[in-house]
This record gives sequence, C-alpha cells and structure tokens, in this order.
Amino acid sequence: MSVPASFRTRRLVRIRRGLTLPVVLLVLWEVSSRGGLVDARFLPSLEEVYFTAKRELIDNNLIGELGFSLFRNVVGFFIGSGLGILFATLLALSRTADALITPTFNGLKQISLLAWIPLISIWFGFGEQAKIVFVAIAAFIPVVLNTYEGMRNAPRDLIEVGHALQFTRVQRIARILVPSALPSIATGVHLGLIYSWLATVGAEYFLAVGPGVGGLIIAGRERFDMALVMVGVLILGVVGFILNRLAATVESYLLRWRATTH
Amino acid sequence: MASRAHLRISNVSRRFRVNGGDLTALDQVSLDVRAGEFVTIVGASGCGKSTLLRLGAGLDVEHDGTIEHDGKPVTGPNLDRGIVFQEPRLFPWLTVERNVALGLENAVFSKAEKRDLVAKQIALVGLAGFEKAYPHQLSGGMAQRAGIARGLVNRPDVLFLDEPFGALDAITKARLQGELQDIWAREQITMVLVTHDVDEAVYLGDRVVVMSPRPGRIRQIVPVDLPHPRARTSSRLASIRNHVLDILNSTTSDDLPKMAAKQPTSQKRPVAKPGPVQAALHNKSAERPLFSTTEI
Repeated sequence: MSVPASFRTRRLVRIRRGLTLPVVLLVLWEVSSRGGLVDARFLPSLEEVYFTAKRELIDNNLIGELGFSLFRNVVGFFIGSGLGILFATLLALSRTADALITPTFNGLKQISLLAWIPLISIWFGFGEQAKIVFVAIAAFIPVVLNTYEGMRNAPRDLIEVGHALQFTRVQRIARILVPSALPSIATGVHLGLIYSWLATVGAEYFLAVGPGVGGLIIAGRERFDMALVMVGVLILGVVGFILNRLAATVESYLLRWRATTH
Repeated sequence: MASRAHLRISNVSRRFRVNGGDLTALDQVSLDVRAGEFVTIVGASGCGKSTLLRLGAGLDVEHDGTIEHDGKPVTGPNLDRGIVFQEPRLFPWLTVERNVALGLENAVFSKAEKRDLVAKQIALVGLAGFEKAYPHQLSGGMAQRAGIARGLVNRPDVLFLDEPFGALDAITKARLQGELQDIWAREQITMVLVTHDVDEAVYLGDRVVVMSPRPGRIRQIVPVDLPHPRARTSSRLASIRNHVLDILNSTTSDDLPKMAAKQPTSQKRPVAKPGPVQAALHNKSAERPLFSTTEI
C-alpha cells in the first residue's frame, strides 16, 4: 500500500501552511518580550515559559495535574454524551415524551452553562462530583440537540423499504433510524467533546481549588507567575487540539460510507 | 403455468383527500394476474398505476374492494411480495452485500443459507466483485441492480416494480430490461411492472394493462402474444406498441379540453395544439420523457 507521491506532498504542504501562523505568533511573542516592547512580567519570554514548564514537569506534578483534568473530562464527557444519546433517542421515538419534555428542554438549554455553577456547587459541593456534573451537562446539550435532529430526519423512503421488508420496531431503530442519524450524532458528540474540555477548565476555575490544569492557572495568577499561566494556557490549547483531531478521526472512520466531499 | 389467478384485484377503488376535496385515484379496478405472468401497467401520470402497485404490494391498505394474493387478502407488506422502487433506495451506510441481505433480514433461513442466497443474487444481477462497495461508489444502473437484487433475494411469489428503470439512461435501461426478462424467465417469479415507457411495457409484458387517468381506470388489456426472449426489432412488437400508443392517445384526448381550460396560455402558442401524447408528456416532470421511442 503506497500512498501516491502527489497526495503526500499535498499533505505536507497543508501541514506546513497550518504551522505558519503559530510559528509567526511565537516569533512575535519572543521578539516583543525580549525586545522590551512589552513588560516581561506580563508577557514572559519563551525561554522562561520553557523553564517553568520543565520545573512543573519534573519538580511538581504537571502530568498528574493534567491527568486529573483529563479524568474529569473523560468521565463527564461519557456520562453526558451517553445520557444525551439515550435521552434524545427517547424524545425522537416517543411522541408522548417529545410533547412532554422537548419544550422544557428547549427552554433549559438557553440557560448559560456558567449559570449552573452556583446551583451545582450548592447541590453537589465543590468536589469531584460537582465538577463532573458540570462537564456532563456541557457534553449533554449538544449531543441531545444533534441526535434528536438526526433521528427525526430519517429518510421516509428508507423507512418505507423497512416497512416493505416487515422490519420490527427494533429493526427500524437499529437498521434505519440510528445509522441515518449517525452523522448528526457524530457532530453532536464532537461538539460535546469540545464543550466538555472547555467545561473541565471552567469547573476547575470556578469550583475552587483542587488538582488540575485550571488550578495551575489560578496558582499562576495568584503568584503573579505569568510563565506558569502561559504553561497552563498552552497545555489547554494543545489538549483541546488533540481531542479535536481524535474526534475527527473516529468520526471519519464511523462515517466512511459517506461520499467524501473533499 | 397454471391459469388460476395468483393475484386477484377486484373492484378496487382508492380515494385521497386533497385540499379538503376527494380525489379518486383508482375507480373500480379489477385485474387478475396469473402465477408466473409478467404484467406491465402503462398510463399517463395521474392514472393511478403506482397507487395500484402500492396496494398490490400491501404498502397501502386504505382501499375499497378486495385484493388477494394466493387466496389470502392483502393486509400489509409480506415477504412473499417483493418491491423495487424507481430510486434504488439502498441504505447508504451498508455495503451492496449487506443491502441485498436486508431482503432476508426477516426470512427463515440459516446464516449460511442467507450468505449463499445473497452471493447468488448478486451474481445474478451482475454485481459480482462489488459486494463490498458502498452505494455512493455505484453508478445509477449498478445501484438499481442492487435494488432489484434486494427485491429478488427472498424469492418472492410476486415482484412489484415501480418504474424501476425510469431514472436510467437509455443504454443502461435497455440492458437492464433484457436482464430482467432473463431473470423472470429463469426464476419463474410473477412480475408486475409499472412504467410510463410504452416500449418497455410491450417488450417485457405478457399483457399490457393500459390505464386512463381521472379517475384511474383500466382502459384496456393488450396481450402480447410473442414468446420470450423477444427481439426489440420485431415488427409484431412494433405494431402492438403502436396499438398501445393509439389507446393511450384516445384516453388522454378525452382529457384535453379540461387541460386547455386550466392552461389558457397554451392555446396562444403558435405551435398550437400539442398532440395528446405530448400533452401527457407535459404532465410528467420535464427530465423524464413519457415515451422513449429511441430504444436500442
């Protein structure tokens, strides 16, 4: 299996172009920090950030902090998106449930995620539980919206084919409704993954101290250690980027039956 | 071939409510189809031919009169009655193989038997080598072959085909018509095919049921007393085709004054009076010609 050369060069060119802007930004950062264009206390040099990162990695438990964050993220994400798919399936399949619940859900989803924090902190305290609940809510909402849309828009033509082939209710759901909703479900889960990572940081930031990358940033701010803040921000960005790529890869594998449009 | 009626449609009427009014799509239609027979139904749009097919297949059960298959009333879809639609209606997330296997989903065969039947059916419609292809990778003709394979795989008693070649180009269409005829001759499955293509109806049918619109009725049933497989160039076939066209023209001409009243502008055109055939043609969406007379 050899990849055509033209395809490989195209890919390389794409990667190079994608990297251009970050490199330019890093250079600008370094130049302005070292050249005294900005106060180095507000924008530390790359070198300082690098040494801070190294210190955190070796002397302090950076990997451990990241592990805590990822753990909350993953647990909350799976709870939220799993419940979201089940909940949306119920709404899409049951007329009664749809009529009873959907209007209320549509109202509740308008509430900003951050507005839940006071309630969650009072109901669940400030510990792990509260953080995971917050992350789960963040993943839940986009998953529900997209899954519901996808299931409701199952093609009539194919449902009729199922009718002609005497599909049972279960077969209709498993063979037609769920697969035809898969692209929407994937979009929802992908969004859920992004939201849940944002919410993980939000939870760590707003729900007081505890281990995690959010805690790192708070500590940096309190100690006026901007290099530490930068380390935290960069880690958040990189992890978010990796999660996004991961989701895209899984998505394109699950949806390989679709005609590629690019 | 037994002469008993295999599919018996007696005094069937079907009304639809459209904008508060009643529209009679089928009015007192009776038709008997013998076991192993190939019946084609042809007519201008609005003559209820597709409605009749859906009723026969059991996809629509809101009708007056009786429909019986093998002596039992048709009350819904059944695996003994297969159906092929104009669009292939394949499941885009399944490979060709698994799409065809859907036809056996609820059939009582062992797993191995099913696998065997699917492979045989795929070979029969000429898709061997494309078992693992997804629908988006197929041409229109290949996709329709897969659709036909799904309808046939369970070896139904009757196969209903609703304009199965209507969306295909002329060359592919001619080839698939020939192949369908071969499959029918070999498998001895009763087939009922609805079409707006007179050539197709006459080429394939043992009998051609000519229907007239508003309300949908059977105008005449024309036997095609030529053995299968047939040569498209046969002069007998051509004269039967002309006969069917004449009947169609006379059915649609009854309708002309009404249409003219509805579309007064059409009379002002210098080309003036469209022939009845063209008038019927205008009813159908523009990209699909009513009659193709340029078959190969």
